[in-house]
Amino acid sequence: MKILVPVKQVAVLDEDFELRDDGLDADPDFIDYESNEWDDYSYEAALQIMEAHGGVEVVPMTVGPEEAEESLRRCLAKGGERAVRVWDDTLAGAGPAPVAKLIAAVARREGADMVFAGTLSADHSYAMTGICVAAELGWPHVAVVTRLEYEPGAGSATVHRELEAGLIERMTVECPAVLTIQLGINQPRYASLRGVKQAKEKPVDRLTPADLGVGGEDLATSASFRLRRMFKPARGQAELIEGTAAEQAARLATIIKELRGAA
Amino acid sequence: MNGILVIAEHRRGALNPATLEAVAAAAALKQARPQPVAVAVIARNPDEFVARVNVAGVDEIVKVEVPTDGFQSDVYEAAVAALAAARRPELILFAHTVDTWGYAAAVAVSGGFGCATDVFAVRYEGDTLVATRAAYKEKLHMDVDFPGRQTVLLTLRGNVFKPVEEPGNAAVSALDAPAVAARTAHLGYVEPEQAGDVDITQAEYMLSIGRGVGDEDNIEQFKELADQLGFTLGCSRPVADNGWLPKSRQVGQSGKTVVNCKIYVAMGISGSVQHMAGMKHVPNIIAINKDAEASIFSIARYGVVGDMFEIAKELRNHC
Repeated sequence: MKILVPVKQVAVLDEDFELRDDGLDADPDFIDYESNEWDDYSYEAALQIMEAHGGVEVVPMTVGPEEAEESLRRCLAKGGERAVRVWDDTLAGAGPAPVAKLIAAVARREGADMVFAGTLSADHSYAMTGICVAAELGWPHVAVVTRLEYEPGAGSATVHRELEAGLIERMTVECPAVLTIQLGINQPRYASLRGVKQAKEKPVDRLTPADLGVGGEDLATSASFRLRRMFKPARGQAELIEGTAAEQAARLATIIKELRGAA
Repeated sequence: MNGILVIAEHRRGALNPATLEAVAAAAALKQARPQPVAVAVIARNPDEFVARVNVAGVDEIVKVEVPTDGFQSDVYEAAVAALAAARRPELILFAHTVDTWGYAAAVAVSGGFGCATDVFAVRYEGDTLVATRAAYKEKLHMDVDFPGRQTVLLTLRGNVFKPVEEPGNAAVSALDAPAVAARTAHLGYVEPEQAGDVDITQAEYMLSIGRGVGDEDNIEQFKELADQLGFTLGCSRPVADNGWLPKSRQVGQSGKTVVNCKIYVAMGISGSVQHMAGMKHVPNIIAINKDAEASIFSIARYGVVGDMFEIAKELRNHC
């Protein structure tokens, strides 16, 4: 049985940044990339099932350019034997729905039995991709999972869905299913140095949308929205307290005292 | 009807007030461009909620009776699809909540609808519907539109649109939803962990610590500082997830909203949307963070760009 774990390299903007000339995105010179925090948890959830049972394969995948392979190596350093990366240059800037189409195509090609996605990604926080994958596959799905009991091959899984204000829903979901995994479901492991070294040798299947039978037209028409522009919002700004730590603390103490008197 | 369809949200017999925020967004669009606004109530007993959503600006309330008490993704997807097919709305509005995270995008994919989530502004530019949402952890905003889509589905960020409470006089109708197999089953709710010692929703003065605290061994000094100040200690998600403080101390969307707080000192908290949902209303927010660009500074009244440990240490000399 196979668990597919789609992961994403998320964009992090520098403190000072500029927009691209076309106004459609930040200037790439000011963007760094890192692994999405949620994906550490979804990958850990899959690895724990793999380790607790025989015959489970965990396959990390991403839709991203060559640099995004770093996220896959990061996964493979913790476990798993191979990964899948999907890309061609027409995918630059693709939103959640086209990306989900490709993830679903990989799930079919791999014969995946479960898909564990992150609940959302730290950069744009659409919180859509996993649920779009489920819709593409026609699979049951649960978003914001904070506990998971699943025996490989079982017809259903028992999960906790994290609702607002600390409330939890206990529920079962028929499998195969797509689960979007929330922070805190487990304690993600760190990769060992040996794992990092071994991960460099593990194979990554590099596929294009065409390899998956997904046409450019399909991808273009599946986009949920069209970006018109990005812009720097007018932001409120705190009154900054300057000085040495001692001076700052003294000023803070006075402010707190005054606010308390007035409150 | 075309027009705008708002999907009401409820749980355990209570309407989510965010439903009335979505009505407010719909009413504003209706002002800009006259069109009917309907609210759909999908529930085992929709009548329970009809009076509550009968507010100014709503032309029609559509009851959709379903066999489940609470949210179930297959049932709700089918119900919204049926509503969309029957009424052909140009716009469907949802609150951006855990329930809609669990099905709105699926409705959009299956129906071939345009979709954007966590939207906090929406307007017409000519005939074009334009929605605004955040990008890059709120450092940028983006305007999006939906060329070629007959129907667009938006989930709206909470506490942005002022909920409509004035009573209305909407017509009430009913629509049959197709029977579908529910592929998830509700087993029960687990109530939020009760605070052993303190209820942070009652606290007037709070000191909250976040990821910046770094390690469990560092918690104690902030406990002591909070005690010295006479403040209640709270935290953001990573601290609770690590088990360094109980979940009952967590402020934010999945934790508590500090409704009574007057002064909120945030140390080492960058200010995710989810955290800010629980505290951005506090009139006096003081933020201490190493990262000058942290979102928390955009809602704080006072800020210190610096090391939370140094500031805490110095602050203890003034208590």
